[in-house]
Amino acid sequence: MHRYQAGQGDRRAMLDAVGCASVDELFVSIPAEVRCGALDLPPARSEEEVRREFWAYAGANAAPECFASFLGAGVYRHVTPAVADALLQRGEFFTAYTPYQPEVSQGTLQAIFEFQTYVCQLTELDVANASLYDGATAVVEAVLMAARTLPKRRRVVVAGTLHPDWRAVLETYCEPMGIAITQAGWGGDGRVDAGALERLLGDDVCAVVVASPNFLGVVEDLPALGKAIAAAGALGVHAVAEATSLGMLAPGGRFGFDVVCGELQAFGIPAAFGGPLLGFFAARQSHLRQMPGRLVGETADSAGRRGYVLTLSTREQHIRRAKATSNICTNHGLMALAATIVLSLLGKKGVREVALASHAKAEYVKAGLRAQGAGSRAKLAFPESPTYNEFLLLHDDPDGLLARLKAEGILGGVSTIRFGAAWPKGILVAATEQNTREECDRLLDALQRLA
Amino acid sequence: MAQPNDRLYTKTHEWIILAGGEATAGITQYAQEQLGDVVFVELPAPGKKVEKGAALGNIESVKAVSEVFAPMAGEVSMTNGELETHPELVNQDPYGQGWLVRLRVAPGAADGLMDAAAYEKFLAEEGAH
Amino acid sequence: MSETRMLREREGLIFERSSAGRVGYQLPPLEVPQVDPASTVPAGLLRGEIDGLPEVSEVDVMRHFTRLSKWNYSLDEGMYPLGSCTMKYNPRINEEVVRLAGLAQLHPLQPADQVQGALALMWQLEQALIAVTGMARVTLQPAAGAHGELTGMLMIRKALAARGEHRGKVLIPDSAHGTNPASAVFAGFETVEVASTPQGTLDLAAVARHLGGGDVAALMVTVPNTLGVFEPEIVKAAAMLHEKGAFLYMDGANLNAFVGIALPGKMGADALHINLHKTFSTPHGGGGPGAGPVAVSQALVPHLPVPMVEREGDRYTLAYDRPGTIGKVRGFYGNFGMLVRALAYIRSLGRDGLKSMAEGAVLNANYLRTRLEGDYHLPYDGPSLHEVVFDDSIQAAAGVRNIDIAKRLLDYGFHPPTMSFPLIVHGALMIEPTESEGIDELDAFVAAMKAIAREAREEPDLVRGAPYSTPVRRLDEVRAARQPVLRWRRPDD
Repeated sequence: MHRYQAGQGDRRAMLDAVGCASVDELFVSIPAEVRCGALDLPPARSEEEVRREFWAYAGANAAPECFASFLGAGVYRHVTPAVADALLQRGEFFTAYTPYQPEVSQGTLQAIFEFQTYVCQLTELDVANASLYDGATAVVEAVLMAARTLPKRRRVVVAGTLHPDWRAVLETYCEPMGIAITQAGWGGDGRVDAGALERLLGDDVCAVVVASPNFLGVVEDLPALGKAIAAAGALGVHAVAEATSLGMLAPGGRFGFDVVCGELQAFGIPAAFGGPLLGFFAARQSHLRQMPGRLVGETADSAGRRGYVLTLSTREQHIRRAKATSNICTNHGLMALAATIVLSLLGKKGVREVALASHAKAEYVKAGLRAQGAGSRAKLAFPESPTYNEFLLLHDDPDGLLARLKAEGILGGVSTIRFGAAWPKGILVAATEQNTREECDRLLDALQRLA
Repeated sequence: MAQPNDRLYTKTHEWIILAGGEATAGITQYAQEQLGDVVFVELPAPGKKVEKGAALGNIESVKAVSEVFAPMAGEVSMTNGELETHPELVNQDPYGQGWLVRLRVAPGAADGLMDAAAYEKFLAEEGAH
Repeated sequence: MSETRMLREREGLIFERSSAGRVGYQLPPLEVPQVDPASTVPAGLLRGEIDGLPEVSEVDVMRHFTRLSKWNYSLDEGMYPLGSCTMKYNPRINEEVVRLAGLAQLHPLQPADQVQGALALMWQLEQALIAVTGMARVTLQPAAGAHGELTGMLMIRKALAARGEHRGKVLIPDSAHGTNPASAVFAGFETVEVASTPQGTLDLAAVARHLGGGDVAALMVTVPNTLGVFEPEIVKAAAMLHEKGAFLYMDGANLNAFVGIALPGKMGADALHINLHKTFSTPHGGGGPGAGPVAVSQALVPHLPVPMVEREGDRYTLAYDRPGTIGKVRGFYGNFGMLVRALAYIRSLGRDGLKSMAEGAVLNANYLRTRLEGDYHLPYDGPSLHEVVFDDSIQAAAGVRNIDIAKRLLDYGFHPPTMSFPLIVHGALMIEPTESEGIDELDAFVAAMKAIAREAREEPDLVRGAPYSTPVRRLDEVRAARQPVLRWRRPDD
């Protein structure tokens, strides 16, 4: 018997009660033709053996904590308050089920209500859901919502500066739904070409997706874009990959965008080799009934006490089935709780402080690079354009440069080679409040010598 | 219970009253009981043309959604605006203040619908009452 | 409101704790020159401090969320007999290893030579899931079961397109989970509902009739079905589908019933999603995250999402160059944190532990069925595997419905079973104890259910007014839907 299961004595007693001599009798309904012999797997392992196996996996990786790390491109390393994991490890939170029985799930439900509030505050929009899987699928859900809202419009315009992986996921989902994707390229300033984008607008466009800060790290002109999109009658979608940027940069909700969505990982979610992350989704009130995902609402119990419940469930798959606003069932609730805890710790002052510090660290590195002058082989791609905490350094052998930097204990950034020929060759460098001045100086010094 | 005599009924539990080329439609007592507390009513825009039996809108309770079907072919002339803020009218007064839509219809469009007695018989056969 | 309620019961929202000047986190000194954002970014793109964000101390945060946690029932505290959810114990060694430095903070865009351990782990998990399912390959990318369903249906669509075919319809039994039709629609299909037989199983004759039309791409089934009964004709169904060039999608939500005993690969499945948060113990987290890897037959291998983890000798890579792929279904490679936990679980159980897992799950469910079948009505009496479906028809005679039984169970300290699913059972109570429970927990659950059955006969009003001893009483869900309040606002907003 196994330590996670009932014992032989339990089994004996239950078999007697059921009137079977052995468990095999309970499986007679499974025909011989589908049966298997012993599984081709190792035998059961003790906890200690499991521990050692996973130490080995962990030991075969280069942990960013052991380096000066400037990695970004969709996943960012920010504050990890000790309190957050201490609370997340409470079994009442992480071993709890989806709050379908609200009377015994008020902890989960109220935390999600607080999460929804935070997302509304960060995005300056009216309503937010209880989380989606990640930024890429959040953008997909926004586009699909636009297609439902404007069913005669079958085209979406995407800024070419959207994260290429997010664009790839959008293609996967749009193709079977018969939604065409057209793209507006970007200009010499690293921003989407506004003229090109406007020329692509038309009365067959249901949604326009703009990322800011964009994949190249540049901050887009959301007010101007928002106006043009609204004039075309399409839903504006502001996609966010670096959520802490919302501590310093005004969100699309302020500029007429219908949806602000994306990735909230930066607020305390570990990188975890790319998952689980935290998709967020906020929209104008008018889109409420077409919104995807779970929603928690406030109500009262029979004694008049304030409480929270999952609500407006008739949008969802378990009720609406083939006509649901999304097929999502399981969301990323625990990650939403993590972000809620971190946002609470940071609060009004901390959210701004993290943003300003991240921006300042990146500006310090940029200033250092400018000071190295024209002689450096690593050049800022868009030296005149506003960035938040990430920027593109042009280089003709980014992989080689990164390898040399790693040898000096620096993870200098993300090479653009992996993303294909549409992107200039170079390194995306992201700095956050977590990078010390010493790390920044080491990076600058190493780039000067090794680029 | 006895169904009101002044109207006609469908097998999908809608009722209509015909007056001067217009049909007012709603759902029956049985239908609203099955649904439970109505929380939202989605109705088509005036001007929309519908075939008999086509989807005319949705009524949502907390745990379910029910489609409303056009009892006859016609054009939507008006919908019950009160239901936006008071969806509970569908439960409280399904034959009166809980009406859903008004359709402009052609003569003879109501042919084939059941009268009160026939609908009561239909309910009894369905195992409902 | 009485002030003699315990502190934890009076806890409000975090925003209501806010007090000007409190700080919850402190950064180290900046060390680099401060930058006024107006000097680097056009002023019209900036914002100041966000009004409404709270100002609370670390102590506030610890108190607040600790108090909230105490309002939750959880698996650590007791059983969740939720049919179709497979709420089994969440082992703590899984939580320890997922937090190891070298796993937790690994960035997905580090070059392959820096993440060989992570790739090896993923490869090992794929091999383990291949062993468990008897299928050809497994994608670890989908973030949840429903996500896996969509991925599987997209692969089927692509396989048909590769043959130059476009088939528009997917057959789905009326007993299916709602994610099945929803996923099929998002994959570009039209769904056709197939009524179950009077025994609640798949109607093969109906499937054959639909197949005759030539426009059926796939049949989506759950095995065992959502009544907990093994589909006796699944192999025949698969053969029928394959003969007509259609595919069999298998919803793996009920895999816990037969791991180590039967193989979906032998049943003829072309795609099968596996809920790691069900069968493989990863925690539910109050709603997620989960993970929904999809195992596929040879026919669908070319269409798997990219990247796949490949091994050459002792080196692992992420392979993107797969010409028939459906592309990416999410950013990066999968919910790695859940993959780590699932592999740790599979290693902890091993080949024999996985088999005894299924045996225990089925025995426990049958034990509950035997002990409760006098008190509650069994709408279908086929042999149960890992879950048993009762309904409330005996209690309904006294005006007590499944929801009342569920709320009264809360007073007895149990989470209720799944209700109102599958749709083919009116007033359903779907009970799945899992193999984690010993006979004492099961007997306590039985005692509670028997007590409620007696109360339903003798004091129905008591049951209908439940719950009484939970942190809140029955909540007004109608009000929540009629007047949605989905965020906190300051009273003067």
